[in-house]
Amino acid sequence: MDMQFFGLLMYAISLATMFGIYGVLCLGLNLQWGFAGLFNAGIAGFFAVGAYTTAILTSPESPNYLGGFGWPPLLALPIAMLLSGLIAWPVGRICLGLKGDYLAMATIGISEIIRLILKNEDWLANGTMGISTVPRPFESLGQPRGNIAFLAFVLLVMIILYVAAERAWMSPWGRAMRAIRDNELAAAAIGKDVVRFRLEAFVIGSMVMGLGGALSAMYFKFIGSSATEPLLTTFLVWVMLIIGGSGNNRGAMLGAGLVWLIWSGTELLTNRLPAEWITRSSYLRALLIGVLLIIVLQRFANGVLPEKPPRRIDS
Amino acid sequence: MEALAEFVNLYFLPGVAVGCIYALGAVGISLIFAILRFAHFAHGDVMTLGAYLAYSLVASLGWSVYLALPVAVLGGALASVAIDRVVYQPFRRSPGIIVVIASFGVMLVLRSLIQLFWGVDVLNYETGIRKPIPLIGDFRLAQKHIIIILVSLAIAAALHWFLSRSRMGKAMRAMSDDADLARISGIDTEKVVRWTWLIGGGLAAAAGVFAGINSKLHPSVGWDLLLPLFAAAILGGIGKPYGAIVGGLAIGIAQEVATYPWISDLPLVPPAYKNAVAFFVMVCMLIWRPTGIFKGRVL
Amino acid sequence: MALLEAKGLVGGYGGMDILNGVDLAVEAREIVVIIGANGAGKSTAMNALFGLIHLRAGHVTLDGADITGAAPNALVGHGMGYVPQERNVFRTMTVRENLEMGAYLKPATQARVMEQVFTLFPVLKEKANQPAGELSGGQRQMVAVGRALMTEPKLLMLDEPTAGLSPLVMEQIFDRIVAVNKAGIGILLVEQNARQALAIAHRGYVLATGRNRFTGTAADLLANPEIGQSFLGG
Repeated sequence: MDMQFFGLLMYAISLATMFGIYGVLCLGLNLQWGFAGLFNAGIAGFFAVGAYTTAILTSPESPNYLGGFGWPPLLALPIAMLLSGLIAWPVGRICLGLKGDYLAMATIGISEIIRLILKNEDWLANGTMGISTVPRPFESLGQPRGNIAFLAFVLLVMIILYVAAERAWMSPWGRAMRAIRDNELAAAAIGKDVVRFRLEAFVIGSMVMGLGGALSAMYFKFIGSSATEPLLTTFLVWVMLIIGGSGNNRGAMLGAGLVWLIWSGTELLTNRLPAEWITRSSYLRALLIGVLLIIVLQRFANGVLPEKPPRRIDS
Repeated sequence: MEALAEFVNLYFLPGVAVGCIYALGAVGISLIFAILRFAHFAHGDVMTLGAYLAYSLVASLGWSVYLALPVAVLGGALASVAIDRVVYQPFRRSPGIIVVIASFGVMLVLRSLIQLFWGVDVLNYETGIRKPIPLIGDFRLAQKHIIIILVSLAIAAALHWFLSRSRMGKAMRAMSDDADLARISGIDTEKVVRWTWLIGGGLAAAAGVFAGINSKLHPSVGWDLLLPLFAAAILGGIGKPYGAIVGGLAIGIAQEVATYPWISDLPLVPPAYKNAVAFFVMVCMLIWRPTGIFKGRVL
Repeated sequence: MALLEAKGLVGGYGGMDILNGVDLAVEAREIVVIIGANGAGKSTAMNALFGLIHLRAGHVTLDGADITGAAPNALVGHGMGYVPQERNVFRTMTVRENLEMGAYLKPATQARVMEQVFTLFPVLKEKANQPAGELSGGQRQMVAVGRALMTEPKLLMLDEPTAGLSPLVMEQIFDRIVAVNKAGIGILLVEQNARQALAIAHRGYVLATGRNRFTGTAADLLANPEIGQSFLGG
């Protein structure tokens, strides 16, 4: 195969895989913010729990950290989701009876604690060195077939999530959720258990974020404590959802694709900067993302694909 | 006696100094919440900005950091007013949580600007170690801690005067009580908002400079303090500036004292987990008394 | 020329109009009362006059100057004082501080006017250093009226100042309102206790579904059997 074509193909596959992983994260956040209006400022924490769980369960045994247990990768996914959900549950239980800002502060807190633990407990996850022997499914197929197979797997996961989220959106559960989001008092008055509904959305959303983390650990075959930094997870995913259109599952995926293209595209651009700026290019890109977030919030708060208004019964 | 002196010198008094830093930051968060009704997530990065402004003066003009402090405070104050004008003002009538997301964006912008201009290396205001100053008997206090504590006390006194005596301070309390009624009374609420940012931003810059003096300077110096700041604001009752001062002191002291070897020879809480103490306090407050010890507002 | 004149007010909250064309006027030194059933738009009309809700049509003049759409704090500067029905005192601030906030735009005359308010409501002087949130309902209402008087308004607007008060306290409040009016201040009053309010008023408006239903002197309105049945409780 032509080397240049091969390089381009691999680049396209990596772009598409990252799109799939971010798509999963955005669908998870849309469950929380789009459905239920819950502000999760600690996506990085739930992402990290999923990623580390996968790394510890699937990597080969090592004297440097807990495990690894050498599990088959697919078996690790449900456990990763379960653990993320288990951590989300008490946080939600405590905060969801109170209003939004408290949840935001508590999720910042929990992700900070998760970061501290992963950074400092070497026995658990090899501290700052991280785990670099995570197996990726379909690796044995070689390049590029294995990469394509993994990409297909990631996209399949995203599509399954999308279909499930769409069904949930239309279901009585989704309608009740939006009713609570838009008018808590009225929803409570017609007998909806506001805290329980919110808790369900929060826990399920966090589980999906854990799933995104698990896929990411597999894709990079590595997870280190730098992955718990909020920039590439918490911030980027929020920007994606807001730009794509919160409250719209397709918008969530579109946002993931658009913003990841911008993020990767600017990487190509900043690589052409003078040498002394290249080292700082990632800050320039972070700056761009921050500015983008503010502008979109001010001017296009509904995103590219806005939430669809409910269908009127009489039409 | 010696053990007590060690406890006080190495744990309690440094805890008071850290508590002062938290108090300065948390007062701003509480004031901004009281007036604008949203949790300001970029507050830690305003602190970082203040710390780096002071650093520039120290590094380029050879000023003492204490001389640079007022300039940094002014810089933090003006920057906050400017950020409000450009970013937050269009959201005055939006739900609070939208503004929180916007403050996320501000956080990203501030931090990346700081990284672009000042780099990511760990910096110090001054090198070398100064001898602690003896107080009474075996009790000693580091010079930097004395200054942090005294300046913080002076700032707290000035703030108290401002809020209880000055016309603008009272207008601020009025708006915190009821923004519509403040408007009906003829108070220019946008002016109150500007003053809130001036004070909140200025205090944050002071806290940032002190955090840099107390340990080191790096681009996430403020972000790392965000969790204890929120914990302090909730502990004191969010929206209550005086509560935030007490909450800040309590969290600072608790964090340092928790690293004392209370049970075995090892620290009770490893120093790397100091922030976990703040989180623990925050969680306890959210469970049992979300209004805070001084009965703040429940969001 | 009327002190306050409003013509064809249309507006409401969100997308829904509650006022469908309301006319109101208050002459200098007059007490005017607005009555009507719940939801007739009484409080909405007050909020509209005071720039608290957006008007889709109509205009308001004060002393001949157009004040349509002016911000509340500007209206205070023009000589309008407003006592809303609920949340009308700064609860965590002392009585004295509440009055000071009323004088926010006129610090120069603050001391003199505060003495006048204390003369009008002697109990406020006793409680001057107590947080307003700790006072009884009637006393809180006095603080609210006092706060509004601190700017020396030409027109004082009160939204149900006697809601939830005992008949004795209600009497007191009405008595004070008359005293304020005698001092030369025009009064626009929204009231549920319509009969008592008309007893102190010069003129009255009856609103229904966001429109003027009846307009007349207080005596005429009290004598009108239709109004008596529907709006004055028989």
